[in-house]
Amino acid sequence: MKSAAATPPYTLNHPRWYRKRVSTYWWLQRWEYLRFVLREISSVFVAIFVVEMLFLISALSRGPEAYAAFQDFLKNPFVIALNIISFFFVVFHSITWFNLSARAMSIRVGGKKVPGFMISGPNFVAWLFISAVIAWLLLRA
Amino acid sequence: MDAQPTKLRIEPLLWLLFSAGGVVAAFLIPIHLLIQNLLFPLGIANGPSYPAAVHFVAHPIVRLYLFVLCSVPLFHAAHRVRYTLYDGLQIKHLNEVIAACCYGGAVLGTLIAGYLLWNFV
Amino acid sequence: MADTIKLEVSRYSPETDAAPHFQSFEVPFRRDWVVLDALNYIKDKQDGSLTYRWSCRMGICGSCGMLVNGEPKLTCATFLADYAPAPVRVEPLRNFPVVRDLVIAMNDFMRKLQKMKPWLIRKEEKPVSEGEYLQTPEQLETFKQYSMCINCMLCYAACPVYGLDPLFSGPAAIALAQRYNLDSRDQGAKDRFPVLSQHDAIWGCTFVGECTRVCPKHVDPAGAIQQYKLTAALDWVKSVVMPWGGK
Repeated sequence: MKSAAATPPYTLNHPRWYRKRVSTYWWLQRWEYLRFVLREISSVFVAIFVVEMLFLISALSRGPEAYAAFQDFLKNPFVIALNIISFFFVVFHSITWFNLSARAMSIRVGGKKVPGFMISGPNFVAWLFISAVIAWLLLRA
Repeated sequence: MDAQPTKLRIEPLLWLLFSAGGVVAAFLIPIHLLIQNLLFPLGIANGPSYPAAVHFVAHPIVRLYLFVLCSVPLFHAAHRVRYTLYDGLQIKHLNEVIAACCYGGAVLGTLIAGYLLWNFV
Repeated sequence: MADTIKLEVSRYSPETDAAPHFQSFEVPFRRDWVVLDALNYIKDKQDGSLTYRWSCRMGICGSCGMLVNGEPKLTCATFLADYAPAPVRVEPLRNFPVVRDLVIAMNDFMRKLQKMKPWLIRKEEKPVSEGEYLQTPEQLETFKQYSMCINCMLCYAACPVYGLDPLFSGPAAIALAQRYNLDSRDQGAKDRFPVLSQHDAIWGCTFVGECTRVCPKHVDPAGAIQQYKLTAALDWVKSVVMPWGGK
């Protein structure tokens, strides 16, 4: 145990071993890494949507002029473009999230492991159903 | 097990918030974004009038729903952005600053959401 | 079909080189040859100084892990025919220090693995006279997948977090800890918990998932780590909500 405490938890420098420095652009060097970073960046667009929601709620509470001004803001072409990009990213988040959570869960039925698609499948169905309900609620006004 | 009896381990809580935020964002955000920020402004669907919108949002259940929608996903984003900056840009020496800014931002957003929705008339 | 194929092999001699460089070799192209066969041919017939690890040549010892065209692979299980006619680039595993040519230093992995206490921990050993520890097939199924690990370290070469954070325990070590945590004969989950529930262990993992993709034995270390995150998080909730809970 004493020797374990004396050993640092990483590889020490050895003068004749070659150690390659990881490039700042490591995430561009392989397609899998880029896809991972895009998946993580989708969370930025999630946050952007929440900020837009907070502005909407604030506008609603401040009066009809504020609400109309916010609606005009949403019609701005740059904002529309941002929201189109956001839409693709949040959908990407949803798809990757359901696939990831299927892999993160180990559910056994009768001693056998449930395959991933049987966990993510119901999630996708629930997603469509919930989206339909919300759409109905938002559109019927 | 006795290794950290008194040390506050925050990582499990942050991960649970990240997971909850991920679930809420995955199920709810795409349809809201599509309808509110694209279909309504582009005129493809008719948005609610001001009185109808206010009446809808004022409902306590809707306000609670909106609070959840506007709080937990912020922690999800904070957690992911923090790790992406830590790993992606390799700016480890700013670790505490990054964590404070990310989670601090999420807390701030949550407080704003709570304030707006609590005081919504 | 050409009868030779070019291999671009990373060479590094610590006595003379400051950094690795590539050397090209033409080797015979046989339909049933793997990259390891090509390397053995080079060492036998062309350049005896080529240095690399291998042993069983059948995908069970875990010695021959290298990067083939940038992808972590067991060279004994990677067919030249899948890459022909383009040259095949062979490099040592990513994220490890290179000792010589295609050989890497694995001390860091070995130490991290040992930290996980990858053995059965019992509060009290049963005496031999009482017989074996019995285990049903269902109990075996819960951890069998994680027991398939051959310590080839392809997952470490694939994991970007391990490359970026030298303190990160890495996929195989955590998956092997889970292998023992889930074993019905083991009583050491609490002993492994303080080592696992750390920022440089499970909480450092961002579920990139590359480790699972490259694993030649389908261990799914990413799944093991995420499942343990949930276990650890629920354990934390219990300790907060019920701090008086028994050990």
